[in-house]
Amino acid sequence: MNSAKAARSAAPPILETDRLTVAFGGHAAVREVSLAVTDRSFLSIIGPNGAGKTTLFNLLSGQLKPTSGRITYKGMDITGLPSYERTRRGIGRSFQLTHVFPRLSVLENIRLAVQSRAGVRYDFFSSLRRHRKFEAEAESLLELMRLTGKRNSPAIQLAHGEKRKLEIAMLLALDSDLLLLDEPTAGISLEEVPAILEVIRDVKRQGSRTIVLIEHKMEMVLDLSDEIAVLYQGELLAHGTPAAIMGNETVQSAYLGGWYDDAAEA
Amino acid sequence: MSRTPLQPRSEPAAPPKRARSVMGRLSALQGRSSRTHNVVVLLLFVLLAALPAVSDSRSLFILLTQVFILAVFAMSYDLLLGFTGIVSFGHAMFFGLGAYSTGLFLSRFEATLPMLLLSVIAGMALAAALSYLVGVLSLRLKSHFYAMLTLAFAGLLLVAAEKWRSLTKGSDGFTFAIPEPLKDRATLYLVCLCTLAAVYVALRRFTRSPLGSVLQAIRENEQRTESLGYRIVPYKIAASVVAGAAASISGSLYVLTLRFVNTTVFSMDMTLNALLMTIIGGVGTLYGAVIGAAVIEWAHQLLTDLAGVHPIFERWIIFFGLLYIVVVLVFPSGIAGTCASWLSSMRRRRQPEDPEEERP
Repeated sequence: MNSAKAARSAAPPILETDRLTVAFGGHAAVREVSLAVTDRSFLSIIGPNGAGKTTLFNLLSGQLKPTSGRITYKGMDITGLPSYERTRRGIGRSFQLTHVFPRLSVLENIRLAVQSRAGVRYDFFSSLRRHRKFEAEAESLLELMRLTGKRNSPAIQLAHGEKRKLEIAMLLALDSDLLLLDEPTAGISLEEVPAILEVIRDVKRQGSRTIVLIEHKMEMVLDLSDEIAVLYQGELLAHGTPAAIMGNETVQSAYLGGWYDDAAEA
Repeated sequence: MSRTPLQPRSEPAAPPKRARSVMGRLSALQGRSSRTHNVVVLLLFVLLAALPAVSDSRSLFILLTQVFILAVFAMSYDLLLGFTGIVSFGHAMFFGLGAYSTGLFLSRFEATLPMLLLSVIAGMALAAALSYLVGVLSLRLKSHFYAMLTLAFAGLLLVAAEKWRSLTKGSDGFTFAIPEPLKDRATLYLVCLCTLAAVYVALRRFTRSPLGSVLQAIRENEQRTESLGYRIVPYKIAASVVAGAAASISGSLYVLTLRFVNTTVFSMDMTLNALLMTIIGGVGTLYGAVIGAAVIEWAHQLLTDLAGVHPIFERWIIFFGLLYIVVVLVFPSGIAGTCASWLSSMRRRRQPEDPEEERP
């Protein structure tokens, strides 16, 4: 289980969880997960539906507080920090269910993220020139995600795939050190997937960021990942290089066998 | 952060020409609509300001003065309800604070213009302090706590105004003299108009500032706003404080026109007035609140006049209920909101979809 970690242990982990557990009533959705994410690496988290992948993300980004366990980010204990503090420290996250500002324009959705990253928070007497700078940056992200034509539409009017793209544009606008991507291609039509993939690949190629991806599409996971972590019923089943995971017998019997059923459903 | 933002690597830094022309046209369109707004507002202001020169209808002045004052009150409520998505059931307390502050200053001290100004500032400071207190106590909780706490505080102030007779003379209230220059109806009318204009410009600027844009994000999706790195509570408190201070101004002006103040300024009816005006006019636009104030006050006047025709019209609250139902049915997002969406859909129909705007 720790074979891959040893290989990359030269670089210190940017994020580390220590026996992280969250229970709802008696049910532990995430149980004793100890996971280290290597700085500037690409880690994918896979597992069947209900394995606790999104719950783990909620713990990492601060939407949920753990029942027990610790989260360390850049050597600091962030277990008790609220989500806005984590975002300011460089943990950005995209959501699996689209989670945008429905009645604000597409441009405004992104501009708000740009504004937050720039640290302009309590300026109540606007400087329009400043606004324009944020807008220009938001426009270039619109261009990148090919949403320019929808610039002024309220986000609620976007098609599902476009909302996903907006979601990613907002995450990119935050310019985080650690990106948590929760199924970025879910619900996107097949011809649009390559564009999103290209954006993710681009971020990876820049090499200055750490990416943690939750994904069901195995070919995408194998193509992008430096490491893969497998969650199963809330527990960390395995963590290693793609090759090691594919050859892991426990993973094979417990999960990958069931994986293809899962993929067939979707 | 000093690092440059993410740039598309595979594409050149400058957007392709075609896309830029679309963008340019769209931003020109936006600029145009903002300019239209400015022209309309300025024109309206000039027309209303010129009114005393052409008319001396006393009832018209009284009606419009009342509209201006309540419009300020409704706009302050719109800041909470329409822009931040906070419901308050006690907005009257800020109105009342301004009202009593002006009434007490002018009755206890000399009725001069500087004293009036001082009383308005004192009212605003009191209202800001109180709304800060209520906000700190309740805005980190779920939204209905703010509604309940404002209701409780408004009730508390109403009882205090009734019982502290040595200061307020209870529900009988008291009359007071107003500064000499304001005794002229037309002057008072202009003062109220200018106040409305100033508050409108200030609040519009506030809602379009970086802080104001975050308020609207909070209204839309609180959790997402937080995950973008914004701490929610200070924003809500800021909205509450600004709304409270603005409401206090309207309270000061209100008693200035009456030269009298009693406990009704703290009543639930005042809050309901603001709520109705904001919803009927259209939330989240500011000018919707002005339209709402005009419609309600005008309807009120009309119904009062009709009381001579048949006594049923004295029960104007019945007709307000009907008006409210009709407006909600016909203008689901308020008069301003629904008209705006009519206009934009009409414009879209007239101009067939720009082929360049379609995605490649």
